[in-house]
Parts: sequence; structure tokens; C-alpha cells
Amino acid sequence: MKLRLTAALGLSAALLLSACAANEQPAEQETTAAEETAVAEETTSDDTTTDEGTADEAPAQVEGNLTGIGSSAMNVAQTNWIAGFQTANPGATVLYSPDGSGAGRDAFMGGGADFAGSDRAFKPEENVAGAFALCTPESIAYDLPVYISPIAVIFNVEGVSDLNLTPAVLAGIFAGDITNWNDPAIAELNEGATLPDLAITAVHRSDDSGTTENFTDYLNKAAGDVWTNEADGEWPIEGGEAAKGTSGVVAAVTNGVGTIGYADASQAGDLSVALVGNEGEFFGPTAADAAAAVEASPVEEGREEHDLALEIDRNAPGYPIVLVAYAMACADYADDEKAALVKSYLSYIAGPEGQEVAAEGAGSAPLSEKLGSQVLAAIDAIS
Amino acid sequence: MSTSTSPAEATSTPPEDSRHALKHSSKRFGDTLFKALSTGSGITILVILAAVAVFLVGLSVPALLADPEDLPYGEFWAYVLPFAFGTVWAAALAMLFAVPVSIGIALFLTHYAPRRVATTFGYIIDLLAAVPSVVFGLWGINTLAPLVRPLFIWLEANLGWIPLFAGPVSGTGRTVLTAALVLAVMVLPIITALCREVFLQTPRLHEEASLALGATRWEMIRQAVLPFGTPGIISACMLGLGRALGETMAVAMVLSPGETIHFKLLTSDNPNTIASNIALAFPEAYGLGVNQLIATGLVLFVITLVVNMGARWVISRRREFSGAN
Repeated sequence: MKLRLTAALGLSAALLLSACAANEQPAEQETTAAEETAVAEETTSDDTTTDEGTADEAPAQVEGNLTGIGSSAMNVAQTNWIAGFQTANPGATVLYSPDGSGAGRDAFMGGGADFAGSDRAFKPEENVAGAFALCTPESIAYDLPVYISPIAVIFNVEGVSDLNLTPAVLAGIFAGDITNWNDPAIAELNEGATLPDLAITAVHRSDDSGTTENFTDYLNKAAGDVWTNEADGEWPIEGGEAAKGTSGVVAAVTNGVGTIGYADASQAGDLSVALVGNEGEFFGPTAADAAAAVEASPVEEGREEHDLALEIDRNAPGYPIVLVAYAMACADYADDEKAALVKSYLSYIAGPEGQEVAAEGAGSAPLSEKLGSQVLAAIDAIS
Repeated sequence: MSTSTSPAEATSTPPEDSRHALKHSSKRFGDTLFKALSTGSGITILVILAAVAVFLVGLSVPALLADPEDLPYGEFWAYVLPFAFGTVWAAALAMLFAVPVSIGIALFLTHYAPRRVATTFGYIIDLLAAVPSVVFGLWGINTLAPLVRPLFIWLEANLGWIPLFAGPVSGTGRTVLTAALVLAVMVLPIITALCREVFLQTPRLHEEASLALGATRWEMIRQAVLPFGTPGIISACMLGLGRALGETMAVAMVLSPGETIHFKLLTSDNPNTIASNIALAFPEAYGLGVNQLIATGLVLFVITLVVNMGARWVISRRREFSGAN
């Protein structure tokens, strides 16, 4: 019952959103699309196998309704993608409702969503044949990394605009071991900077979020002897300052004195951003460095060829404090029309154009060429 | 109502039946309609309350009956206790600030201010009640918190030996004290508006008798207005307290929450409130987590109910001594 309730709420919200997006199309296109619909429907229902053949040749237009539920982190990107996709395919309607990653995974398993968006991939024990209502009984789901968002370490200390940090020092600050800005551990990394005698206020998210999960995962993997807690969407330790949502953290860091926090890089605004790295090489949350770190991350062992659940290497060169959000789709949909639509949409968002749109609209880091082609190959394998 | 029925009464009732008018009045259409309407309204509110209670209980039961190990947020009572404490603590602090100020404003408006000032001033106070809580939240985090932080530092430096003001002071000023101040501003117009109406009802004769006996204005207020208004003040406070207990958005935005139970006012680690915690955790909650969060809502429901029943009891006890009779 509660699931249905949230789904209904989300749906109505998404309906509103997509209605706005759909309105952006020129009116003439809509009318021609409506005329075409009848013809196209006949062809697809008569002969579904030809769809796959034509999909490769040209961006053939698709129509139908597609529902996605999931991560709020990639909501802005999804909104941009939907607008772009629906402009190219006036007959298609895509709804994405940002109910949260867990809700998205649940809805996808239960058949309430055609695809899911999630801040983490399905675990191997979750991703078994028969667990997904919309897939054929033999089908597993593919985890497809489509959204990479670098997480910036933001700070507000008077007189300091550049700051270098190692993972261990960063973990020490957030664990509450390093409590003053003039601590020798920080000073050592920032020669020449005048660090004030000022208490550090480390601000974390007070709500459950994928940003926190990836940040704590980074601290744990890159500085395990300082940060012993495992990755968690809810801040796992007592103490420290907390604020609601990305905007709350940014506001707290901006208005506070001697504050440091973490937030999606696109939301950092005018705040100073720390560079993080080991052995004298420090990286900022740029798209290129974030994508490089993700590219260096291997696919988890024991996964099927096209199930691209990444094991993000938090010690990879580049900027490994990233959030990778996945789109989840069936390897084999029970409904072939649905499969064609999902393939078309996912190919768009994972392709160069979609990645560019998300980078502009949501400040994400485009997939690297290698990972991008892997993802597209996986989408191609969906049937 | 009376204006619309009186002409009907004059025309439809013959003079010889006037002796029985009282007996027949209950059968008149207007009366029946009004009785049905008011009874219906009374029943509606009960039904709404029951529906909310059924919803809360129904969705709470799975979490309350579940094995503590299956619950995503851990054992239920250990989970809800800090939030229950935080809810009551923040609301109590807010009332501590808001009640004296509200009564002061209401007295000023009714007994001190010139009439024109009082009217304008009253509008401004009422306007505060119409400000959305998100705006109060933004104001708290962007304006009030940086503003009160120097005061917090002073408090900690000079009164730090009192456990209430123990450090370390939050770097952003987003403490339970700030949240309580925001809450106080939010409940202020409610309490003020009600108290003003109550004080205006003080029998003129009581006031004049007091003044005639040589009382100063303050003594008159103490002897006549406040005793008469006590039940009303308590009612007003309960309404304000209800808002303070249930306020969600402003607290979620202003407070830097933790899961601790302590009375320190100035640190970063503050006990969160139930409503604010639901707002923070709900977007990513699923499965049993949703039930567990709704169960905390049930606890808040019970707390509010207990507080209100307590207030009723106090009012009923005070009525005999109120001096209004």
C-alpha cells in the first residue's frame, strides 16, 4: 500500500514534469507524430524483430510510454535527458520520478518501473534471474553506469582559497581527529598558506543520500586506518555538523566560520574547493579527472559480461570522490516493444549527446570513451 | 442565523401560538439544519482524527512487530527516544521564549498601545503567521544562525561552566537554541492573536473596579486581566505548542541534527526532532524503513495527544480559581 502511495505521488509529479518538457516541442511536430503513431503501431506489433535491425542504422523515432523511478541525485540529468529525448522522439513519453534509489530498485523489481535509477548497482545476490517482474524469467538486470558526478570538498576559511588534502587528512577532519585549521597535518600539505588558529566545523548531510554513501566509501577505501566505518548513506558517526540536502550543506559551509563539507561539484558555487590526492599530486573535481578515475575502476568480479557494476577504485589516479549512478534495465524484456523503447532511451542518455546534455544541465562528468562504448554495447545486448 | 430566522418567526407563527413557540422551535428547518451541520462538523473532525490514527497505527504495526534486526534503523525504541526527547526539548525551549513575549505583546496591544497603533501592529503580527515555514528555515540558516553565533561564543566563554552552555560552540550557529528561536518566532503570532482576543474579553467592570480601588495599571492587569485570561492563555499556548512540536521543515533546515540526548544548547551535535527526522529520512526510505518512520510519527501523535490532554486537565482545574466567575 505504501509503495503504491509513493509511486502514485511520484507518478503525478513526474507527469507534471514531463508535461512541461513535452510542451517545449513545436506544435507542428506533435501533430505529425500523432498521425504517424497509428501507422507505426501496426508495424511494430506485426513484426517486432525488424526493430532491432533498424535501430542500429539511424536514430529511428520511437514512441510509447516509459517509466523510470529512482535516485534523486540524477533527477536534474534525467529531466534534461527526457527533454532532449522527447524532442527527438515526439511520440515518446518518458517519466522519471526521483523517489530515491531504494524505492527505484524496489519498483523495478516489482514491475512498477520500466527502468530504475540508483546510486548503487544491484548486489550479485539481488541480481538473479526471475527477480524482475518485467523481464523474462531467465533474464537478469543490467546495471549501466550512466551518470558520473564528482563530489567536491568545499570549505570556507577566511584568507585561504587553495587547500591540498590527502585522503588521510580529509578522513581525520571528518572523523573529528583533526580539529583545528592550523593542525600540522594540514600545514604540511599547504606550504606557504596562512592557516588560521580556528576550529574546524565539518558539515555532513543530515539526510540519507548517495552522496554520503560515496563519500564515506571513499574515506573508508582511501584512508581505511583513519576512517574505519564502511560506506553508508547515513552519516555513520556521532558528532560534527549536519545539514539537510546539498543546498543545506552549501548554505551551512557558506554561512559558517571555519567550515568544510562535501557536495555535488555542480552545486559548489563560489565556495573554495579543496584538491585531494596522494604523494604530492592533487586533483580537483573536474569532469576529466573524475571520468579518468571511473575509467580506471574495474567491473566487479563475477558479473555477467554486460552487467557493468563498477567497483570504483577509490585510489585510482584522478579524482576518485565520485558518485556513479546506474540505470537498471532488463537483459531481456518480456515486452519487446518496451525493450525497443528502453534501448532507444538508454542509448541516448549513454551516448555522447546525452552525456553532453547532462554535463551542461547537471554538471556531471561525461563517460569516458571506453566506458561509454562498453555501456552502449550492453544496451545493444538488451532484447 | 438569528437574523435569517426571526422574520420567518414573525410571519409564520400566529400570535395565539406564541406560548408554545419555545416547545416547537426545535422542529424548525433552520434549527434542524444547523444542528445537523454542527453535529456533522463535530463528527467529521472525529472521523479525520480516527482516519489519521488508523493510518498511523496500520502502517506502524509492521515496524513495531518486526524483529529488531530486520529494521533498517535499528531497534525501534532506542531509535525513537532521542528524537522524542529532541522534539519535546526544542518545543519547550521555543515556548520558554515565545510565551512571555506573546503575553507581553498581547497586553501591550490591548491595554497600553493607542488604538491606531494596536490595529496596525496586530496586522503585522498576524502576517507573521502567514509566512511559510520554508522561508523561516531559510531565514534561520542564512540570517539568524550567523547572527547569533557571536552571542553563543560569548555565552560559552562566560557561562560555559553551566552544562547548558558547554562548548564547543558550533561553527555555523545552527544549534538547538537557534532552532528554538526560529520556532518561537513561528508560534509567536498564534499565541499573541489568541491572548489578545482573550484579554479583550476581560469584563470591563472587573478592570474598572480594580482601578477604582486605587490599583495602578499593572496591578489592575495582575488582579483582573491575567486571572480572567489564564485558561485562554493556556489554550493559546497549547495551540502554539502543537505547532512547535509538529514543525518539520524549518527545524530540518535550521538544526544540525544528531542522535544524542543531552541538554547542551550551543554545540553542533543536537537531538533531532521526530518530524524533522521523518522529513530527512523519508525520501530515501523504503520497505520496513517507511513503516519505522511512520511509527515515529505515531509516537509524535501520542506525545501531542498527551500534552493536549494535560492542558485540558490544567484548564479544567484552574477554572474555579480563574476569577472570571
